[in-house]
Amino acid sequence: MDVKFKILRFDPDKDKKPHWESYQVEMEPTDRVLDGLELIKGRVDGTLGLRRSCAHGVCGSDAMLINGKNLLACKVLVKSLPQPITIEPMRGFNVLRDLIVDMEPFFAKYRAVKPYLIEKDERPEHKERLQSPADREKFEDTTKCILCGACTTSCPSFWANPDYVGPAAIVQAHRFIFDSRDQGKEERVEVLDGRDGVWRCRTVFNCVEACPKGINVTKAIGEVKQALSKGELDPPK
Amino acid sequence: MTTANNYGSRQRPTQGIERYAWVFMRLSGLALLILALGHLFIMHVFNSVHNIDYNFVAARYERLFWRVYDMAMLWLALIHGMNGLRTIVDDYTRGAVRVWTVRSLYIGGIFLLAVGSWVIICFKPVAAAGGMH
Ligand code: SF4
Ligand code: FES
Repeated sequence: MDVKFKILRFDPDKDKKPHWESYQVEMEPTDRVLDGLELIKGRVDGTLGLRRSCAHGVCGSDAMLINGKNLLACKVLVKSLPQPITIEPMRGFNVLRDLIVDMEPFFAKYRAVKPYLIEKDERPEHKERLQSPADREKFEDTTKCILCGACTTSCPSFWANPDYVGPAAIVQAHRFIFDSRDQGKEERVEVLDGRDGVWRCRTVFNCVEACPKGINVTKAIGEVKQALSKGELDPPK
Repeated sequence: MTTANNYGSRQRPTQGIERYAWVFMRLSGLALLILALGHLFIMHVFNSVHNIDYNFVAARYERLFWRVYDMAMLWLALIHGMNGLRTIVDDYTRGAVRVWTVRSLYIGGIFLLAVGSWVIICFKPVAAAGGMH
């Protein structure tokens, strides 16, 4: 089947503004959008810039705006989309080239919430840290995040204010805050409780719709808000 | 290249102001649901503009309960509304515009609170004003 694509192209060396280009390629209906983009890059126009790595919805590098929605190009079949399929880079980040955006601010926020296990007590020697299945369940959903950025770049609050820490970083903070083995809760509070922390979330729910991993992002943010307002994350007095 | 600041959160500490504002919005919202519905039913369903007059208000304000009721509604509704506006301003404006809009919201809010509270506290029925019988 013939598949038509409309891609928003931008080359900072040549273009003042992004512009649309149309392409048509022969594909199987069960091929994915990513296959189409690879075909275009391989056969039609080698200058097309995009990121991808695993091609199986695991690495999170190919989130983009497909027909106006944040999706992973490697997870959508072309037959499920009306044509022409429009492709744009994610919104709210600087475009470096074509579909490649500057993710550095995104990862800076990720690092800011200290997304790793913080232990204060002595590490148990030759022993694992035990956790009950019920405690494990508390952060099950947020372990699935692949840091694709689809949630943050679909969030109107983030578009309005790029300083907002954003849903993805809060999901990552949630993963450790609600882990019974973690002891660094109060170290994350400064970022989450600040002017540009969780309180900038206006429960728009775009992030839930955007997440390719089906994480209930708004619920996770709500749980962090609740824990903060109950003072559960404050440093012990 | 312009990027957001280093970690997505201004270092200026907020001492949990936003946290308390968030909790306040939820609690005042709940309280207002009851207060405002009560107000609506008393003023516009059980009574109407046809029988609400100066005497009605004066009779009501004989009782401390209604003054407290109105005072609670005034403070909660005004601060709730003003904080909502502040939130929107905070989302959509930057720099000096934001600072001055938020300042004028504070000034306007404090002024309205003061005038409203003054009326509720100091109201005394005046026979001459509308015929206290
Ligand atoms: S929460 Fe979902 S949408 Fe957001 S970065 Fe993680 S995987 Fe992507
Ligand atoms: S290429 Fe890895 S998630 Fe799509």
